[in-house]
Amino acid sequence: MKEKKQSEKLTVLPEESKSGKKGLSRRGFLKGAGVTTAGTVMLQTGLLGHARADVKEDTLLGPDAILVKLKVNGRSRTVQVEPRATLAQVLRDHLELTGTKIVCDRGSCSACTVWLDGKPVNSCMTLAMDVGDRDITTIEGISNQEGLHPVQQAFIDHDATQCGYCTPGMIMTSVHLLNENKNPTLEDVKVALRGNLCRCGTQPHIFKAVLDASKKM
Amino acid sequence: MNTKKQKFPFGIPDHNLTEVEREIPVGEPDAWPVNDQLKHVGKPVKRYDAKAKVTGKAKYTADMRLPGMLYAKFLRSTVPAARIKSIDTSAAESYPGVYAVHVIENLATGAREKENESNRFPEIKFTGQPIAGLAAESLDIAEEAARLIKVEYEYQPFVIDVEEAMKPEAPLVFSAPVEQKADAGDVGVTHEGDRGQGNVRGPSTSSFFGGPRGDLEKGFAEADVIVEHTYRTQVHTHVPLETHGVVVDWKPDGMLVYTSTQNTKAVRDEMADYFDLPRSKVRVICEFMGGGFGAKHSAGNFGPMAAILSRKTGRPVWLMLDRKEEHISQGNRPNSIHYLKIGAKKNGKLTAIQQRSHGTAGVALGAGVGRVAQILYECPNFATEQYDVFTHAGPGAAWRAPGNVQGAYGVEQAIDELAEKINMDPLALRDIIDTSEVRKVERQRGAEKFGWSRRKPAGSDPGPVKKGLGVAQSTWPRFIEFDSTAEVRILRDGAVEIRSGVQDIGTGTKTVLAQVVAEELGIRPEEVTVRIGDTVFPNGPSSGGSKVTGSITPAARNAAYKAKMELFEQVAGKWETDPSLLKTQDGQIIHKEDPLKKMSFNDALKGMRTGAIYASASRSDDYGGFQQPWGLAYGDLGSVQFAEVTVDTETGFVKVDKIVAAHSCGRPINTAHVRSQINGGVIQGVAYALYEYRSMDKETGHMMNANLDQYKLPYAMEIPEIESIIVEDYAGRSSTDAYGIGEPANIATAVAVANAVYNAIGVRIYEIPITPDKVLNALNKI
Repeated sequence: MKEKKQSEKLTVLPEESKSGKKGLSRRGFLKGAGVTTAGTVMLQTGLLGHARADVKEDTLLGPDAILVKLKVNGRSRTVQVEPRATLAQVLRDHLELTGTKIVCDRGSCSACTVWLDGKPVNSCMTLAMDVGDRDITTIEGISNQEGLHPVQQAFIDHDATQCGYCTPGMIMTSVHLLNENKNPTLEDVKVALRGNLCRCGTQPHIFKAVLDASKKM
Repeated sequence: MNTKKQKFPFGIPDHNLTEVEREIPVGEPDAWPVNDQLKHVGKPVKRYDAKAKVTGKAKYTADMRLPGMLYAKFLRSTVPAARIKSIDTSAAESYPGVYAVHVIENLATGAREKENESNRFPEIKFTGQPIAGLAAESLDIAEEAARLIKVEYEYQPFVIDVEEAMKPEAPLVFSAPVEQKADAGDVGVTHEGDRGQGNVRGPSTSSFFGGPRGDLEKGFAEADVIVEHTYRTQVHTHVPLETHGVVVDWKPDGMLVYTSTQNTKAVRDEMADYFDLPRSKVRVICEFMGGGFGAKHSAGNFGPMAAILSRKTGRPVWLMLDRKEEHISQGNRPNSIHYLKIGAKKNGKLTAIQQRSHGTAGVALGAGVGRVAQILYECPNFATEQYDVFTHAGPGAAWRAPGNVQGAYGVEQAIDELAEKINMDPLALRDIIDTSEVRKVERQRGAEKFGWSRRKPAGSDPGPVKKGLGVAQSTWPRFIEFDSTAEVRILRDGAVEIRSGVQDIGTGTKTVLAQVVAEELGIRPEEVTVRIGDTVFPNGPSSGGSKVTGSITPAARNAAYKAKMELFEQVAGKWETDPSLLKTQDGQIIHKEDPLKKMSFNDALKGMRTGAIYASASRSDDYGGFQQPWGLAYGDLGSVQFAEVTVDTETGFVKVDKIVAAHSCGRPINTAHVRSQINGGVIQGVAYALYEYRSMDKETGHMMNANLDQYKLPYAMEIPEIESIIVEDYAGRSSTDAYGIGEPANIATAVAVANAVYNAIGVRIYEIPITPDKVLNALNKI
């Protein structure tokens, strides 16, 4: 979709370059792997620098649980999790926001898509402690008090769910597309959703739903 | 039994629609007219649970978070064949956060030797076979602790490749006759584990449509042309987005099991049997289910494991498999090496079909190629030999139309080749040899929508990027499951509820039940509360074999009818009239002859002793009987699919541009859901034809692509344009006359694509998936 975003994705963390570490760190691996994900999912974990003031730069975290403060769907949450906990795990196991699904657990299917500051990421490839003060939006935060988001309504109208397991990820990607591109073509929709796996084969109805929603937003 | 005569619509609207008179039980409702004249049935009513799905509120098994819940993990074999000498769990037991460890001594699934093994631990027969399990505070801890279990193996020789396994000197997977319990997904799949030599078991030479017929030799002698080839299909895996798994909460008064299943009652029965509990002590719930496609009919080994860990710890235990475990241990569609010889006269009439197949379902049985060659076309002389070959790989499982997709891949290419040999259009040949009226209509309507007349001779498209058009057909039986019961309740405030154990696996069963009850009671589908997927309700059918709609919707309509008649009794008493003079409309009871006499359900129920009317009904016999008494209905579910492809002859890449899929499911109940399932069957068929395969390393016995980045699945860019044509086909066999679409949607696609690829490049590729290397190889470019 938006090629200009490429450059942002590959930002090297100052922390890591400073540490002079060679080879593959877990965090570095997660970052790299996130980038290779198809679709619009853009992983921006370049925010270790956002680490909270109470954590000194060279402090070794873990393996025991640490306190992590997250802003989820406009609310502030504090969880005690191990540094290795992914955002997907924390959302599901600690905050009971189970709308976010874990399917491949390695950034290949986008079922776990959430937004950080409005941009989609694979939450299975994002460490919770790396989120920093960015706003997390999950499927539970898409609809507002007034009711369903037009994309959600369009998914209902066009029978764009079957088993429903990919649906939250599909919707997070689709809403982001329409926020960026008010008038997408079918090709734009396909490109945006190219990293989201649906095994039931619901895609034709999903494409219709997203195009229809774009007319109603 | 008291009966009444009813006239039912019969045949295909806008083609040959007429009426048929059937004698039906008096306790069952009058015949429905065709869908055009119904209010809710046959309409694209919105999915009952769509709102829960689009908001993320739908709770699947993997989403269950019970108080005190522990997370469990399996330790699985890292080798394909071994005897376990010892297992040391001490380090895992004492690992902080671990609550219980259990070592498996009896496997609950797969084929097993009839003689008991002497070793305490089951022999390892595939990489990924479960050995032990444990429960811990978190999944991370469980995974770490599982790695601390030490297993001492005595390695044994193994065989992965199917053709290697067929050799007499191959290492044996089983050294004795084996047996395997068929599960509900295995409709009509044969399990001949007793016969055969070495790893090759069988042959199976018959199906429920009978055995060999006629005289092959005579048939081939009469033939003017003969097509003879071996067609090959690959092993591929189901990849439901929600993996197999359970959350089990074993309480003193019984076991509560949340599970991702296509068969709540089978899971209950398996768990009860495993633990020697009465069925009343096991409750199985599946409210939302993240995809099955045939592999989820059982409690597997994960069900008993979680239950044992729950019993040991007194806590609920969550045990969902990870993606790799799902690929390697929870089912796959067996491959096929499918030899076919078909003879025909110059006028197209088939004279003989000979079929011989070998396939591997790994350590399980069930690799036959189905009944397509036997029943799709008229042919007086037919014989089949289907063999199962054991290999040291994960067990196969039913996969949408088990056997038939592999079978059709051969048969429908052979028919295409035959048509070319006798210089006939493939559709014209099928008009001669196919007696099905519904497929005739599907060929006509499909060809028109698809633009079949555009088709050029094979390989004649100029330039390096070539277009091709192909067609293929399928048949699937109309199966019924008698153990299908629905209960309808009309509550005192007029609320209506339907309850059944049947599960909705994404096919839309909840919506379909709401539509049928609403139609019968004269209310709106939104006014019906659907409670299903729970074994405290009456047994529903398994979601396999496209059986659900045909089994449960007549029961649901009949139950609603019974409840309605009881309501009428109450009102007729008050109005001093005859119940047969009443009808329902828009939530009111109205006197047919005196429209001023009206009453809401609510008012009608006032003054009753109980708070609701309860009525239940089970699937009754088909009107006019069955083709076979165990639940094989008359007729079939025919389909015709057309494929348009582009083949780049320089890179070898094939792209499917368009599929037109013409289908029938009797009386369609929800046209939107039918189209959704057709899309799904088609897309899975495209992926089967072009992308997916399980890649096994013969040297180590490991699956090399047990993930979602190396196991190639169709994403948005691979989705073709799909147009579906639904042909209503009335037969007057039940109170809804409706059938399923799950299996039919998936059978013809891959072979239609293969025929289209041939039409594009003029060279036939006898093996799927049709990857670029195969195309270039066929064109002598590599």
